[in-house]
Amino acid sequence: MHELAVCQALLAEVSQIARAQHSAKVLRVLVRLGPLSGVEARLLARAYPLAQAGTVAENSELVIEEAPVHVRCRDCGAESAAQANRLLCKDCGSWKTEVTSGDEMLLVRVELEQAADASRPNSDGDINAGRHAAYGGNNV
Amino acid sequence: MCETCGCNITHGNVELAYHPLEGGTTTVGALNRLLAANDREAAHNRAHFDAHGVLALNLMSAPGAGKTTLLEATIDALKADFRIAVIEGDLETENDAVRIRAHGVPARQITTGSACHLDAHMLHQALHDLPLAELDLLFIENVGNLVCPASFDLGQHRDIVLLSVTEGDDKPAKYPVMFRTADLVLLTKVDFLPHLDDFDPVRAERCLRELASDAPLYPVSAKKSINMQSWLSWIRDEIISVRQALPQAAVA
Repeated sequence: MHELAVCQALLAEVSQIARAQHSAKVLRVLVRLGPLSGVEARLLARAYPLAQAGTVAENSELVIEEAPVHVRCRDCGAESAAQANRLLCKDCGSWKTEVTSGDEMLLVRVELEQAADASRPNSDGDINAGRHAAYGGNNV
Repeated sequence: MCETCGCNITHGNVELAYHPLEGGTTTVGALNRLLAANDREAAHNRAHFDAHGVLALNLMSAPGAGKTTLLEATIDALKADFRIAVIEGDLETENDAVRIRAHGVPARQITTGSACHLDAHMLHQALHDLPLAELDLLFIENVGNLVCPASFDLGQHRDIVLLSVTEGDDKPAKYPVMFRTADLVLLTKVDFLPHLDDFDPVRAERCLRELASDAPLYPVSAKKSINMQSWLSWIRDEIISVRQALPQAAVA
């Protein structure tokens, strides 16, 4: 059961984004999970209320979008749906495939209550400001 | 992942990142890995290993698959040629570190309490106690668990997953996330194979290939010294390949 640790890490990222946007309240968090990520959606949803308590994301809603498993064949180039433990090409049966969807463990989107002071940097509702703030988080 | 800025926005998911605004709310597209903080610390650990020319190998398996016994035999075979250290992850006890130290190499035990995996931060703390500048090879023996350790990058160069023949030969199909991470799979305790009628090594390999894995699978027995040479040669080759990837100054 490592979902609580994953959930705490998720909330740390969410809190960082809220801080960069000068928002005091997170309304909704959208996450995308694939079966090959090793994180169970049901367990993550159960851990969320425990991990969100006392954070800027307290009372926020967690929305989990489950990603389907898809592979691309390195032999014949076909793309097909697959099972997590049977990543074979549906067209030619080859096991030499790469996963194109299904191993994601991504924080997709954060919806925030807008900061009262709209003149501050990154809080003026400009979507680009949000994009840069989120990118900036990757470079720390 | 994007090579330029490290984000996860691709042509396939770009529409998820942007969302029309509603009154009084701001929407921030992120597409960060949930474990971004762990990933950053893992990258930091990897930079430390690279700066010192140390090959870091992460060993994962179910409890009792023979990780410590494999390490004991491996250390005896390689310690004349390489400077080795081990980081041991267990919920409780210093037992495994004591076993490793008896073979004359430094070992640092991490006791995780109830945590079911090592993470990059725990590893970083343990690295402070090891003389990286005096090492060629670091083994990380992860907590015995085929689920949780698969999700946490530690900064290792390679992942090795052990499957003992006293387990089921369909383990790769049951634990696809773990076996997909493997750069090498070791089939351990193969000296027992003649006594077991329900473990088929061919089936185990087929289950592994069905995960689209091209990782080599070596049958070994550390206790009876069966086929250990293939595993030891693999380590020697990896030490060379990691060093070749480094700037020359770091290896000197």
